[in-house]
Amino acid sequence: MDREEHEVALTINGEAVRERVAARTSLVDFLRERLGLTGSHVGCEEGVCGACTVRLGGRIVRGCLVFAVQCEGARVETVEGLSDSGEIADLQENFRRRNALQCGFCTPGMLLAAQELLARGGVSSRAEIRAHFSGNYCRCTGYEAIIDAVEATAFARAATGAKR
Amino acid sequence: MKIAADSPPVLSALDRPNSYIGRSVPRPDLERLLQGRGSFVSDMALPRMLHAAFARSPHAHARILRIDREAARAMPGVVAVVTGAELARVVTPWVGTLSHLAGIKSAPQHAIAVERACWQGEAVCAVAAHTRAEAEDAVDLLRIDYEELPAVTDAETALDPATPVIHPALGDNLTFERRLAAGDPDRGFAEADEVIEATFVFGRHTGATLEPRAILADWNEGEKRLTVYQGTQAPHMTQGVFAKHLGLAERQVRVLTKDVGGSFGIKVHIYADEMATVALAKLLKRPVKFVADRLESFLTDIHARDHRVRAKIGVARDGAIAAIEIDDLTGIGPYSVYPRTSGIEANQVVNLTGSWYACPNYRARARVVMQNKNVMSQYRAVGHPIATAVTEGLVDLAARRLGLDPIAIRRRNLVADDAYPWTSPSGLKFEKLSQHAALDRLLAMMRYEDLRASQAELRRRGVWRGIGIASFVELTNPSAAFYGVGGARISSQDGATLKLDAQGGLWVYSGVTEQGQGAGAVMAQVAASAFGVPLERVRVVLGDTDMTPYGGGTWGSRAAGIGGEAAWQAGKALRHNVLEIAASILQATPEALDIRGGIVVDRDGGAERLSLEEVARILYFRPDTLPPGFQAEPMATRHYVPRQWPFAFTTGHQASWLELDPETGLVTLLKHWCVEDCGTIVNPLLVEEQIRGGVVQGIGAALYEHCLYDEKGQLQNGSMAGYLVPLAAEMPDIEIGHVVSPTADSELGAKGAGEAGTAGAPAAIMNALNDALAPLGAAPLTDMPFTPAKILAALGRG
Repeated sequence: MDREEHEVALTINGEAVRERVAARTSLVDFLRERLGLTGSHVGCEEGVCGACTVRLGGRIVRGCLVFAVQCEGARVETVEGLSDSGEIADLQENFRRRNALQCGFCTPGMLLAAQELLARGGVSSRAEIRAHFSGNYCRCTGYEAIIDAVEATAFARAATGAKR
Repeated sequence: MKIAADSPPVLSALDRPNSYIGRSVPRPDLERLLQGRGSFVSDMALPRMLHAAFARSPHAHARILRIDREAARAMPGVVAVVTGAELARVVTPWVGTLSHLAGIKSAPQHAIAVERACWQGEAVCAVAAHTRAEAEDAVDLLRIDYEELPAVTDAETALDPATPVIHPALGDNLTFERRLAAGDPDRGFAEADEVIEATFVFGRHTGATLEPRAILADWNEGEKRLTVYQGTQAPHMTQGVFAKHLGLAERQVRVLTKDVGGSFGIKVHIYADEMATVALAKLLKRPVKFVADRLESFLTDIHARDHRVRAKIGVARDGAIAAIEIDDLTGIGPYSVYPRTSGIEANQVVNLTGSWYACPNYRARARVVMQNKNVMSQYRAVGHPIATAVTEGLVDLAARRLGLDPIAIRRRNLVADDAYPWTSPSGLKFEKLSQHAALDRLLAMMRYEDLRASQAELRRRGVWRGIGIASFVELTNPSAAFYGVGGARISSQDGATLKLDAQGGLWVYSGVTEQGQGAGAVMAQVAASAFGVPLERVRVVLGDTDMTPYGGGTWGSRAAGIGGEAAWQAGKALRHNVLEIAASILQATPEALDIRGGIVVDRDGGAERLSLEEVARILYFRPDTLPPGFQAEPMATRHYVPRQWPFAFTTGHQASWLELDPETGLVTLLKHWCVEDCGTIVNPLLVEEQIRGGVVQGIGAALYEHCLYDEKGQLQNGSMAGYLVPLAAEMPDIEIGHVVSPTADSELGAKGAGEAGTAGAPAAIMNALNDALAPLGAAPLTDMPFTPAKILAALGRG
């Protein structure tokens, strides 16, 4: 029960943040409880389910496996940030039209994981898309709708030459 | 991207201009979830809020000798450390029995264990602190002395005289037993050409909702009111339970569900730690929040299934079923779960097994026994996966013995589509099923003959693929026959209140709830269609006992069929009310007018007369201009409960196509099909996604999910890493087809669709696996989940 606190300065969704946090505070708890960014969810706290997926320094990480104090000077992006920037607007629209979410608890993690795959460009096969989500659990949809929505986004981006 | 065609349906009794019935419109509430701007209970915080954490018994069965709280109380941030005996002065214990389950018995269960813990994970002491971390720190410093007691962990021996009785006052460990005999099973078996016996085993599994159970309770001492934010499927039920056990009137209790991160039947029960959280809020006069962590979820969320069914089928040489007999043994926890009990699933297995086949000779026994393991209760498709796998497994075994194709034996025995209404041997009343039409549809979709040819060809090349068929029925739209008649305060009726707002918008308040199924969307579509406004003008309010009509919530595949009919009738009533207002403004008769696309029009010809905005403006702000004595009524409420039929049964078939690797025992799912008849389809996209999600949960039960206990009652795999669930890479694409036989019990004609996928998938997977194994000389597998180790053992390579 380490109560030692540290100051941490980082950029979250483009906004500079400076806070004192307990050394044991995970990044996702920091985002949710200190900053009120509750779009990143906590499902297992052991890095398995993917509900806490956020972007750290441009790459997706498990928010429950990173301590907030490890993020000194880092750039963190969450589903709220990606939504407001419009970066994943087309992906979100395909999720909506395809009903690729039911309860919505896994969805922010799914979107961040999908965007990482899509940002590589090209159109992955359905099997490749399915494999990409091996670290994101969904208990509601059965996954097919999610795969459909990601595939449709990949095709649309390829057709327009959009690289995001 | 495959999106079901969003085209208006063919004309029917439901047809209205601009109807949304039968259209795949997107759910209106998805945008906030997609932006991470939902509001789950686990996201919430209130001023002065405390966090609860629980010390939980490390033993399956133990006497609590002493709880030393001094060190815990001294920890920073700790506000209270509360034992079971102390909390029992705030919240009374409960007993999970229902009077229509004759003879069912259980023992009083406390919010926090008093004197004795009866399963590993039962809460024995609570800490309330400023943060969850501080509360957990304090829990670690509680010194609790236990005297370990013998644990009952094997259902097979739970009733043996040598086995300790968990609750001595009950006399034995038998919670519930039911016996049934219909027709003449002895004669049926005696006259059968072949009698085939098998034992089917269904492992314990659980829901693993991605958002764990979450509750935030606040007691306002000034108002003397309890407000509970709770991830629940049935807020009016929990309102009643909180009131009863805290000694309050229901009007003193408000339950709000917020967004709920998955439920599947997990969040429809009363949990001891949630009762404790509510009691702590009342005791401490401030908000207290509890969110189960993942280990707590595995240890305390209800587990499901855990059945062992000895089964027997007699058949004539032509495939006609002569008799079916089952003996079901199911091991629950140390308490029957409140208030729905832990006896309903076994009761359903007795009711359902064999019920879709035209054989009158049936004998069944089900026994439900207590164990010192986590509590067990109803989970998605209650009883159906067991009844379906037993029935369909037996039918396939019989077909193999007789050298019949699995389709042929089903054709021979399925109740004819024109034979309805039909009563099953157990007394289930089927209004209208469409088994044969649905089978036609399934065979066409999967190209059955081609698939068989492909299978034969591949076998010659050493590729082992299997086709598995499972026919099923599904209980939906439950009337009071399910719980109410047994004395449970669980509403089978539901209500909808519709309101025209001051801008001409439509508000819908419904007693059903949303956990992602799309219940809110269905209410919006039905209300918009009945009243006559575009979907964009509808606002739906669910999950708030202060606001919505009293209702049952969302479970038992009831939201669309029961809540939807209430919304349909309320929409018609409000249209009538608003047309009376419009008629008084226009000096017309209401019968000559209609509301279409948000505009009052002439019923004949459709000429636009008046916008709803204008009607609303006049009725709210210039009622002085309405005729003398005329009172506008811009709200309407209607309620509905099925009365003609106790349940609206749906029907259908599933099929699985899979490949087996005999070297590794691994199964690759290549494709899955489901044809279902859920009556009127309000939103095809949502129905299909319910089926897909349900199928995948059924696949989880068949292949992966298992709560593993050792002989001392210790859970061995209480983590997301240890408990396997279906992942995207392992799941097949799932093709859905429909046959539509509306129920005549309601005008909407909708039956439920939420559980059919889970009902039939395990049987389809099992039959496909055994079809693949057959040419390899392996005995049929009937012990779920079918792990690679079991498959290799069946192949003699274990």
